[in-house]
Amino acid sequence: MLRYVFRRLLTAIPTLFLIITISFFLMHIAPGGPFNMERGIPPEIKANIERVFHLDEPVWMQYFRYLGNLAHGDLGPSYILINFSVAELFAQSLPVSIRIGSWAMLLSLVVGSAMGVLAALRHNKFIDFFIVTLATGGSTLPTFVTAPLIQLIFGLTLKWIWIGGWHDGELAAAIGPIVTLALPQLATVARLMRGSMIEALNAHHIRTARAMGLSDFSVVVKHAMRGALLPIVSYAGPAAAGLVTGSIIVETIFQIPGVGRAFIDGALNRDYTLVMGTVILIAVFTILFNFLSDLLYALVDPRVRYD
Amino acid sequence: MKPVLELKNIKVNFDTLDGNVAAVKNANIVVKAGETIAIVGESGSGKSQLMMGAMGLLAANGKAEGEALFGDQNLIGMSKDQLNAIRGEKITMIFQEPMTSLDPLYTIGNQLIEPIRRHTNLDRSAARECALEMLTLVKIKEPERRLRSYPHEMSGGQRQRVMIAMALANNPQLLIADEPTTALDVTVQAEILELMASLQKKMGMAMVFITHDLGIVKRIANRVYVMRKGEVVEEGDTTTVFAKPKHEYTKALLDAEPSGRKSPPSPKAPIILSGSNVRVTFNIGGGFMGSPAIQLKAVDGISLVLKQGQTIGIVGESGSGKSTLARALLRLLPAQGAINFEGRSITDFDKTQMRPLRKQAQIVFQDPFGSLSPRMTVGQIITEGLIVHEPAMTKAARDLRAIQALEEVQIDPTQRNRYPHEFSGGQRQRIAIARAIILKPKLIVLDEPTSALDRQVQKQIVDLLRDLQKANDLSYLFISHDLAVVRAMADFVIVMKDGAMVEQGSVEDIMDHPREQYTRNLMAAAFNG
Repeated sequence: MLRYVFRRLLTAIPTLFLIITISFFLMHIAPGGPFNMERGIPPEIKANIERVFHLDEPVWMQYFRYLGNLAHGDLGPSYILINFSVAELFAQSLPVSIRIGSWAMLLSLVVGSAMGVLAALRHNKFIDFFIVTLATGGSTLPTFVTAPLIQLIFGLTLKWIWIGGWHDGELAAAIGPIVTLALPQLATVARLMRGSMIEALNAHHIRTARAMGLSDFSVVVKHAMRGALLPIVSYAGPAAAGLVTGSIIVETIFQIPGVGRAFIDGALNRDYTLVMGTVILIAVFTILFNFLSDLLYALVDPRVRYD
Repeated sequence: MKPVLELKNIKVNFDTLDGNVAAVKNANIVVKAGETIAIVGESGSGKSQLMMGAMGLLAANGKAEGEALFGDQNLIGMSKDQLNAIRGEKITMIFQEPMTSLDPLYTIGNQLIEPIRRHTNLDRSAARECALEMLTLVKIKEPERRLRSYPHEMSGGQRQRVMIAMALANNPQLLIADEPTTALDVTVQAEILELMASLQKKMGMAMVFITHDLGIVKRIANRVYVMRKGEVVEEGDTTTVFAKPKHEYTKALLDAEPSGRKSPPSPKAPIILSGSNVRVTFNIGGGFMGSPAIQLKAVDGISLVLKQGQTIGIVGESGSGKSTLARALLRLLPAQGAINFEGRSITDFDKTQMRPLRKQAQIVFQDPFGSLSPRMTVGQIITEGLIVHEPAMTKAARDLRAIQALEEVQIDPTQRNRYPHEFSGGQRQRIAIARAIILKPKLIVLDEPTSALDRQVQKQIVDLLRDLQKANDLSYLFISHDLAVVRAMADFVIVMKDGAMVEQGSVEDIMDHPREQYTRNLMAAAFNG
């Protein structure tokens, strides 16, 4: 097991390296640069700025310089927000995204699973159709539709929540983005859970459990649900990585100062270090959460053992 | 004697998309205390659904009517709580699928202890003692360690023993066994049957045996019910029914045992395929930074010579390497050793060199449901090989060949534009055979071609294969674990175990005078009813 963990962590290094390399050069191939858009900068001053940030060097030299700094844990200064380093920007934005993302994930896992199990237990009955309709709707409605609707109904009309802004993370500000983020995930979890639960309830060992006169609770929860959770575990890892690293659309619509906002601002302004930092952040979280979900999978299913 | 279970006018209906389907139309069955009855019938006869209906275990769209009297209680229409007080305690069941009937996520101990605690007042440690005792009773080795094992760490036979232990732990009055040995190898089958018979003697419960295998009925049952299309067509003492069957269907069932022997080809017949010292090794595990791969010898130095018109039967239990050997001989798997086809060495042939020979050597697989593409018509399926091997042939000529091939396997050629799901299992296997013979091959590998079929259908396929062989002077490699079929089909037999050859010889030598102990066990398990 330890050996497996060690091996997985070790294989993460070349993966990260590859991601960093590809994104670095892709970004530099794209036309424009961080200081191209500002008009009125005299060429001498622009050259001066570029020298300070080493942007006058050949790209490969910049690449190795970046790798070298990164090896020391330095993500570099932001090119646009002059007084901040990328690390400082993340220190502000990441907690916000993690907070919203993890609540959204929790909400979708708990409510989604419950809906899925309920639908499976009432397979082809009214409740099943109702939940399937709801879930299909939930996963087809894009967030840029649900977010304004939530703002309109609960913000403007009912005045229960803030329409935008973070307001130090008070509930009335956070609930809008959390629900918007959770809805599509919740719908997907519900559909996955329904499918795997229907399959689990038809398994031969469930027939055995029923034939042995076990209680409904034991049949459903102990014997069917544990196995049915496996696809959810596989799904939840990458999904959680996506949620906690911030959603561009939701954070923009609700004016939330999270990683997603930082990423889009960085990309639009060619803020090279900020974009690279965000890419690395998302990659690290994705690798980490995939790893965690694989470990969790082995915990639920004894047939999977890593050595 | 007093009946334990009395089924009166049982009807089982399923509500399906095609409307209401009656699985059991009207069945009356009595099980007396301590006796063993068998319910015999082919797949789809309703024999399983009858008992499932009585026990409240039907699928959600199924409904049972009638009276299932256990003492003076009617199981049908009973509340779930009342039913759960009987299921698992007074009446228990074991099933056909030992590999999947246990929950893969819990230990054997956990699964054995749960129903014991549910139906008794025993505390955890006393229930554990009871579970241990049961495992010892069903002759599981190292029961203490096995309590902590997961199902996937055990073989099919062991899992079925665990199922029996679970079913008998609460000392039931009736054990219903639904094809409990069908999925097991013959020698394991014999062990499980013996175990069940001895446990019945020891514990005195009544048994209902649901089976399609008349050998088992003869061996184990006092009385027998024959079911067909949802109805009981004949009932009586086993000896009487076997000696003097009254119903036509029973007669046909008893007559379905494959019979006859094949005579060997003339000594002058040319050699079609020969392999000497064929070996296949699989590497298991290994990989990036992992431990080194383990080598598994799937086929370990087998030699054989197949002549024109000959049928070599390859027998052995699952995992013995039968299919792997056949695939290696056709160069479908990388193998070591020398392989000759029609006098030419094909050992080092690459894909392109093999292609023209593929036409000469065809395969028919076990699973008639999985081996035909569901999205192609029968005509398309059987002519696909012609398009590859005889690309110059016109569409009309191909169609003509398809008609001929279908006629040869006795399928109405006008049905060639239908899809596989519109045919029965036996018809599909005929289509698979047509797909092979349309290319006019010299050799056909038959990989368990009759194992998934009912006895009666099996007999028809065996007859068909024999006729085709005679008419076209075909050579067969016939892979099977079913010795009765091999006895009727082959003139030469190779017995395999763990990838190696145990014994080979003419069908008379192997079947009637086996030399090796393993072969003798195999024969005893298969034929001594």
